[in-house]
Amino acid sequence: MLKELDWGKVVIYTALLLFALIYIMPIYMTIITALKHPANISLATAWQPPGDINWGSFAEAYKKLGPNFMNSVYLTVSATIISAIIGSLNGYVFSKWKFPGNEIVFTLVLFGMFIPYQIILIPLFRVLRQLGLYGGIPGLALAHIVYGIPITSLIFRNFYARIPESMIESAQMDGAGFFGIYRRIMLPLSIPGFVVVIIWQFTQIWNEFLWGITLTGHSANPITVGLAQLAGGQAVNWNLPMAGSLLAALPVLLIYIFMGRYFIKGLLAGSVKG
Amino acid sequence: MKFNSDKTVALMMLLPSLILIGIFVYGFIGQTVYVSLTDWGQGAALAENPEINLIGLKNYGELFSGFLNSRFRQDLVNAIFYTVFLVSGALGIGLILAILLDRGPKGESVFRTIFLYPMSLSFIVTGTIWRWLLAPRGGVNKLPELVGLPGFGFRWLNSRRSILNFNWQNLPQITAIVVGGVFLFIAFRQWRRGLKNKGLFSLIPTGILFLWAFWGARFTPEILPTPEQHGFNLAAIGIIITAIWQYSGYTMALYLAGLRGISEDLREAARLDGANQFQYYFNVAIPILKPMTMSAIIILAHISLKMFALIFAMTGPDNAQTSHPAVLMYLTTFRANNFAKGAAIAVVLFLLVAVFIVPYLISAYRERRA
Repeated sequence: MLKELDWGKVVIYTALLLFALIYIMPIYMTIITALKHPANISLATAWQPPGDINWGSFAEAYKKLGPNFMNSVYLTVSATIISAIIGSLNGYVFSKWKFPGNEIVFTLVLFGMFIPYQIILIPLFRVLRQLGLYGGIPGLALAHIVYGIPITSLIFRNFYARIPESMIESAQMDGAGFFGIYRRIMLPLSIPGFVVVIIWQFTQIWNEFLWGITLTGHSANPITVGLAQLAGGQAVNWNLPMAGSLLAALPVLLIYIFMGRYFIKGLLAGSVKG
Repeated sequence: MKFNSDKTVALMMLLPSLILIGIFVYGFIGQTVYVSLTDWGQGAALAENPEINLIGLKNYGELFSGFLNSRFRQDLVNAIFYTVFLVSGALGIGLILAILLDRGPKGESVFRTIFLYPMSLSFIVTGTIWRWLLAPRGGVNKLPELVGLPGFGFRWLNSRRSILNFNWQNLPQITAIVVGGVFLFIAFRQWRRGLKNKGLFSLIPTGILFLWAFWGARFTPEILPTPEQHGFNLAAIGIIITAIWQYSGYTMALYLAGLRGISEDLREAARLDGANQFQYYFNVAIPILKPMTMSAIIILAHISLKMFALIFAMTGPDNAQTSHPAVLMYLTTFRANNFAKGAAIAVVLFLLVAVFIVPYLISAYRERRA
């Protein structure tokens, strides 16, 4: 038996297990800390599992972060749906209705997803104030929809590029126009594209912080801002920030665990050529 | 003429998006650049009709050589270090993970899921979790004790130590030497390719820059009246580790997709040539992965040059040791109401990111047209 021991395999599995341990360690620490009674949390015993389990931290965290959580739900759901629809139409035009200068215009649109958002923050703040949208969720949703145009158009454009021209042409022979083709051919084939875009936008918008903290007032703060405030400063009881972190991570983690395949597709699409 | 009218409809559907991008991206960038050239701020910040005057490049001058703005300069140095370490760390670990998984171990999808889940989390969540892990007397510092070794004593997020220090007054010379070195490298490559004349031509800027840096600089005025040390603050290490932990799964996914794209024929050919596994990865696979490396560098540099949420969650916006221009831009604009200077900081960040993004988009554009 010993002779058959493959040292290459031993090295690979040892390395993989070691890395896996490092990647799991933070979430383990988060869960055990969230389940401890505040009195039992100490730096010395930080790695030990809780003696008796205290679910109260989650209830308390939800009491504090519940409104933020719901703000994020409204914001993320509405902005994600709208930007998926816009992206689908744009991707359809960019891939199937090429016009002169099509590629240049597309590149100029793509540029919008690579700018550091600090460069547009001051005018955005000003324009939202002038429109009366500053401080609330609709203004924040507007920002996410507009700046979501490049990535959603890119993903749908690459997705639709795989639909053969011949299908479009034969539909045109049958007298279908712009919307006819979209409804009869593109839309039915679009489900995976929509899943990728929706997951991507949902994750991005749910996790966003910079606009959340600069463009919304206290009552409209999304979950990331709520968590930063809950955990900020010299927090004494770490059970609360840890329970809050799990709460804030829950929706995106669930999406990731159940639809990870599509999440990776969105991830790779984000790197234009990848 | 149905075909043509459909084309019009298509363009009409696209137009609103193009107008929005035109205003919200290009118009807003122009406006921020304009604001950065004014004195809009302080008292006039929130007035109905503020009196705003154009003052040229004065805000930029103050940021780079003003007595009061040394924090900006340290933040800029921090941003460069964040970028270098995040990019190299995530690329290295991502590549190792991808190669390990490329060997087709049992439970591959489980491992992949484990390495990638941090990507789905918000910087605020990871920042909060790692702040607890990096507590001075607990978490990571206690890990060695679990296996009977003495614990670490490093103060991850509030160390005051700083290494690789340099005097900001020497920055023009340092820049000249670096840029001169780049030209020297270009000259060397052209010379090796047999382009002797072009190579000699590239030596001219090298010569001028080196001459100025080593001799001429003493005749030009200092950019700062007094020496000012900047370097790599060790307190940033904790934030860098967290960012690498979060993003190496991304480079892994990118590299793994690339490795899986390599044809079985090529692998077989390498094996027949007598290449062992190491030689296969180093001589065959990694060169093929170059486009993935480029994409990853662009995306990661872009992320680290605008890093805000992670620093905010880990050390708070007021910690100067670990700060970043993106954090300072927030403080300057939204706390101190100094819109003009905030805009100038944003423009500097934008230019740094543009150095990476613009060539990338141009090459992607050329590829699509080809």
